[in-house]
Amino acid sequence: MPRLYQIREGSITVGFESGTEYALQLRNVTKAFGTKVVANKNVDLDLKKGEVLAILGENGSGKTTLMNMIAGIYRPDSGEIFVDGEPVVINSPKDAFKYKIGMVHQHFKLVSVFSATENVILGIRDGERYNLKRAAKKVAEISARYGFDISPTKKTYEMSVSEKQTVEIIKVLYRGADILILDEPTAVLTPQETEKLFDVIRNMRNDGKSILIITHKLHEVLAISDRVAVLRKGEYVGTVNTAETNEDQLTEMMVGKRVSLNIARSEPKDPTDRLTVSNLNMVSAEGVEVLRDVSFTARSGEILGIAGIAGSGQRELLESIAGLRTLTGGTISYVDPDNGNTVDLRSKTPVQIRDLGVRLSFVPEDRLGMGLVGNMDIIDNMMLRSYRHGHSIFVDRQPPKTLAENIIESLEVATPSAQTPVRRLSGGNVQKVLVGREIAAAPSVLMAAYPVRGLDINSSYMIYNLLNKQKESGVAVIYVGEDLDVLLELCDRIIVLCAGAISGELDARTATKEQVGLLMTRVKGGARDAK
Amino acid sequence: MQNNEKAAAAASAAPAAHAAKKPPLITITKRDDSTLLRKIMARLIAIVAALIVSAVVTVLVTDSDPLKLFQTIFDGAFGSDRIWGTAEDVAILLGVALAITPAFKMRFWNIGAEGQVLVGALAGALVMMTFGGVPDWLACLGVAVSGIMAGALWGVIPAFFKAQWRTNETLFTLMMNYVAIQLIKFFLKVADKSGSSTVGATLLQHGRFPVLFGQPYLLNLIVIAVLTALMFIYLRSSKQGYEISVVGESENTAHYIGINVKKVIIRTMLISGALCGLIGVLLVETSQSIDPNLAKGNGFTAIMVSWLAKFNPIIMVFTALLIVVLSRGAENVATIMGLNKSFSDILTGIILFFIIGCEFFINYKVHFNRGSKAKREAGDA
Repeated sequence: MPRLYQIREGSITVGFESGTEYALQLRNVTKAFGTKVVANKNVDLDLKKGEVLAILGENGSGKTTLMNMIAGIYRPDSGEIFVDGEPVVINSPKDAFKYKIGMVHQHFKLVSVFSATENVILGIRDGERYNLKRAAKKVAEISARYGFDISPTKKTYEMSVSEKQTVEIIKVLYRGADILILDEPTAVLTPQETEKLFDVIRNMRNDGKSILIITHKLHEVLAISDRVAVLRKGEYVGTVNTAETNEDQLTEMMVGKRVSLNIARSEPKDPTDRLTVSNLNMVSAEGVEVLRDVSFTARSGEILGIAGIAGSGQRELLESIAGLRTLTGGTISYVDPDNGNTVDLRSKTPVQIRDLGVRLSFVPEDRLGMGLVGNMDIIDNMMLRSYRHGHSIFVDRQPPKTLAENIIESLEVATPSAQTPVRRLSGGNVQKVLVGREIAAAPSVLMAAYPVRGLDINSSYMIYNLLNKQKESGVAVIYVGEDLDVLLELCDRIIVLCAGAISGELDARTATKEQVGLLMTRVKGGARDAK
Repeated sequence: MQNNEKAAAAASAAPAAHAAKKPPLITITKRDDSTLLRKIMARLIAIVAALIVSAVVTVLVTDSDPLKLFQTIFDGAFGSDRIWGTAEDVAILLGVALAITPAFKMRFWNIGAEGQVLVGALAGALVMMTFGGVPDWLACLGVAVSGIMAGALWGVIPAFFKAQWRTNETLFTLMMNYVAIQLIKFFLKVADKSGSSTVGATLLQHGRFPVLFGQPYLLNLIVIAVLTALMFIYLRSSKQGYEISVVGESENTAHYIGINVKKVIIRTMLISGALCGLIGVLLVETSQSIDPNLAKGNGFTAIMVSWLAKFNPIIMVFTALLIVVLSRGAENVATIMGLNKSFSDILTGIILFFIIGCEFFINYKVHFNRGSKAKREAGDA
């Protein structure tokens, strides 16, 4: 993408009236939560005027905490913040706006019955009378200036995720921010929407705004930023010019050692149909159609990927297969690998499914809220699957204890002991406990929803390897993911969900990211669902 | 580079800049790392502080000798004429606490223990009144079974509504208390035409529990001791106890592994209510009378006993003991030192305030920002 670099070169020489070339500087900023967690330790950071600075770091490296301190949500325990070379104390988001700093959070904070304009001016006290028309005009001006695609009168509940994000950004610009902080803005976007966002970011930079963008996707860092500041475990590692770096170097800075970023994908060995769902339909409690005529087959020795924008029915699909939700129509049939018998799983409870001898394992996306019990120790969490065994009225903690110790050892779970409550573990270790338990049940179908969300790079690759091993031993693996690069590298086939329906099926070895991205926003060839 | 120097220069001048805009004075953070020693120390300090404040208040208000106050508190709980009463009070309070614990562990806020105890007592009293002409053992059995069943029914009604229609159990169980109280008032009117506010031994004649070794409270103590052990094992090692923990921690997880959440809610409240009913029976048998104040607020105090012990039945023995000792001590202070009855309530209030308040210092850490700033400047230098 040579085009990007050109724009960057053209933009750096924009002149400014004030004395310093730095919009924002941090010196020795430290923030601790409680006595044990040091989220940021002596972090230095320099943001030049009119540049896009990417903040790169793994989950838990302190990126968001650092940004929250700049935006006035947290207060640093020690250290200094300078805006335009002047020391400042930012005690609240209001203070931050005083210094022309605005943050767009990962989770949107919009009133859904308000229009774009109403959301933008909500909470502004500029001494002027409330005048929606004038505000709408200003919103339209900002949109035109930076290339946003939004109607000022559109209601929030009618907006797509990317439009809501646009409103959040305009909200910040409307308040006159010169320093914009974007917290993982691409996490919820399709590749096409991401491109659009990047165009806007470039326009803002060319207009003299300074932009801090948090992300952990390396190729995006390379595409959008001028410089990259890397954090590791709360500490500042260094800043590099984007033009002079590459993915390998950035990964090494992030992780602290060299990591191989390849997933070894083997050819499926004699795949046979294991789980066939056809014409699944589901209506949510609110009466919304969440699944529409979903049909697919998962085969043994294969990883079937499910792609789609978050909330397109992935969760409902997996949970209905696992017996946790009621379908309004369709069939789910499972072929027993031992005897070839077909079993119908529709309208069965999880216990009934198990009693039928169906070896179905499920790693849900909500690990501590569904897959595990946070306040219980690792042993008791192992027992969730097995505590019913036997006729005794008492539980036998010996087998789960052995299992817990095995998993801790084989998956290298970092924990003080098997008696530690799982909520005390880091995200990666929590996931290892959960995936370890589900694999220990010797499944013939393994469903995993966003199993690497929030995990560091090493843990992520460990999970990919575990899934690959399951596949090689003949398990039918269903993988719901959000990172399209990983989906294309890991899976054998990919089905794409859009608004509860399957919009296409692709061969993961030949498909491109753009193809998947297009299917994510298209219902069977039609236009994007307006909803 | 020049800018960096400027920044550094500004940094040294920063304290002055800070003074203009003060950070908040106190920050509170959660702590995960309280050691056992710390926890014990915090509670000891709380008790000592509570006693000191009580002494100060007593001296200021009544002009008495503070040492005499502590002596009186101690005598009130452990004096030779009062120790059996203390033991009985501990047993009953502990019993109710044990009864509500499975429900609370399931995050079912059963604040209707008072009512469940009362209906248990009422059902027992009805049998005691009417079961003439049958063998004594059968009457005793009848008292126990009817009391237990009545308590279970009182517990299961809100549980059923919660399981089926997700009604709020807090309000429901609370209101059931008043129904129970009114039922007893009605019973008193019907049973004792004389208009007395209690129904006593003359009417409750049948199915009296045996008195062991001449000690009227001994049976209760044994029953509660056994119950404590059983509840400890039930919660810790039984499959049902495990299910209660899972449902309490996360209904989603329970659903995910195939626990029938409705069934667990109903079953657990059945047990909780039944045990409350049993305590009601013990109360009516021991006092040989029934009135709307029979449970003496133990249904509510038990919540505190259970929570302070973090739902551990063995620790509840101590929390129940602590609360009973304090309240009986304060009671004794009021009588012996010739003070108003309300004064004992004031003392109990002061002591509980400190004991509950110290939990805050066990779970949270308070930072004073002036101190941390001085430290920061020292660090910079």
